[in-house]
Amino acid sequence: MGENGKPKFAMYWAAGCGGCEIGVLDIQEALLDVADFFEIVFWPVAIDAKYKDVEAFEDGYIDLCLFNGSIRSDENRHMAQLLRAKSKILVAFGSCAHEGCIPGLGNQYGTEALMDYAYSLSPSTENPQGLRPQAVYEMPEGDLEIPTLLDVLTPLDAVVNVDYYVPGCPPQPPQILAVMTAIMQGAELPPPGSVIGAGVKTVCDECPRERKEKKIREFKRPGTAQPNPNECLLDQGFICLGPATRSGCDALCVKANAPCRGCYGAPPNVEDQGARMMSAIASVIDSSDPEEIERIIASLDDPLGTFYRFSLAKSSLRRLAR
Amino acid sequence: MSASADFEPTIIGFLCRWCSYTGADLAGTSRVKYPPNMIPLKVMCSGRVDPSLVLKALADGADGVLILGCHPGDCHYHEGNHKTMRRVPMLKSVLQQYGIDPARVRLEWVSASEGDRFAEVVHDFTEEIRALGPQKRVESVA
Repeated sequence: MGENGKPKFAMYWAAGCGGCEIGVLDIQEALLDVADFFEIVFWPVAIDAKYKDVEAFEDGYIDLCLFNGSIRSDENRHMAQLLRAKSKILVAFGSCAHEGCIPGLGNQYGTEALMDYAYSLSPSTENPQGLRPQAVYEMPEGDLEIPTLLDVLTPLDAVVNVDYYVPGCPPQPPQILAVMTAIMQGAELPPPGSVIGAGVKTVCDECPRERKEKKIREFKRPGTAQPNPNECLLDQGFICLGPATRSGCDALCVKANAPCRGCYGAPPNVEDQGARMMSAIASVIDSSDPEEIERIIASLDDPLGTFYRFSLAKSSLRRLAR
Repeated sequence: MSASADFEPTIIGFLCRWCSYTGADLAGTSRVKYPPNMIPLKVMCSGRVDPSLVLKALADGADGVLILGCHPGDCHYHEGNHKTMRRVPMLKSVLQQYGIDPARVRLEWVSASEGDRFAEVVHDFTEEIRALGPQKRVESVA
């Protein structure tokens, strides 16, 4: 704590969309209590502080750091290491920092292929000279430097030790508020390494829909078929990741008649969310004829992106080289 | 990937306790020869083999994973193997999309009386994985 007796707060945005920052704003007027309780020492979205200010902090200066976004570039990695050293409690905040999230799907192509697509191949790209970003560019005034992408995207805990994980894409405001309130009231925190701001069951446990026996003969997608709002989406053939996803969001998507996409990550004691979902969904395919099973499975577009939409960069698959 | 003459594949085998493991026992007591590359793991049912176990095996050092269960209709738990029959192609479609040869995972039915067939399946799969070469892993993800 500083001279004013207030704990120091920091928040950082690495490779992510910024939704986590909005999630924090969405705790609304409670944000004033947070701002009053803490001294905000670094939060690029909210206050003007520079990297060199953080570098000047002594180690452990920040009491609580919410780190959102995954580690995609050398800059992200540098800031993760820097903020780890300067923070007493470092929180992987949101799905990107927790398990890689949507940007982690890029790992199925590799960094070179991503650059090729972004700077040459995508239909909306016009780049006849084949220009690419350069890490260093010499100018008369001096060298200009920009960050470079790492070979693979990783969650935060692949580069530094993480104290807590707050899942969600983004974490839901009531959960953020509960976490902040617990910290501000000095509640005893769970052991380091725990997931906080989430439940201990699955989304199905919070889902109000009526469940029957599941028998799937074809996979449907919202947009090509209209889901019944009262029956289990999986029963109806829509891929809903509820059975393989940690509770805590209050079944937000399914209550809006959209299948769960799995952003709260694997439930407790499940190592690989995608594998768990594959297991669940394959069990309820209503056929014992190998050819028909193949046909039903082939009707599922993008199985990898469906089952590992948020967790590819933390899955067992990430350890396999192609 | 290139085949290498001195490459000895590591294969993890999940064998159902009722049919396939007994079939493996029969192969043993009948002195049928088969390659020593497969490390057999006894499971209560092939339906117990969650895709996460297969992925973990591959990630932790296996070059191939062989799942052996009772023939359809013979499952001790009625339809455990029917679930496996659907899970394995689902897992293969994900492996394929990620760029891992789905042939590294194979599901076969071996009954308690098929000691010869057990040896044949292990031999055949070992040679297939040998031809595919080692499954490479990412040493550091940081």
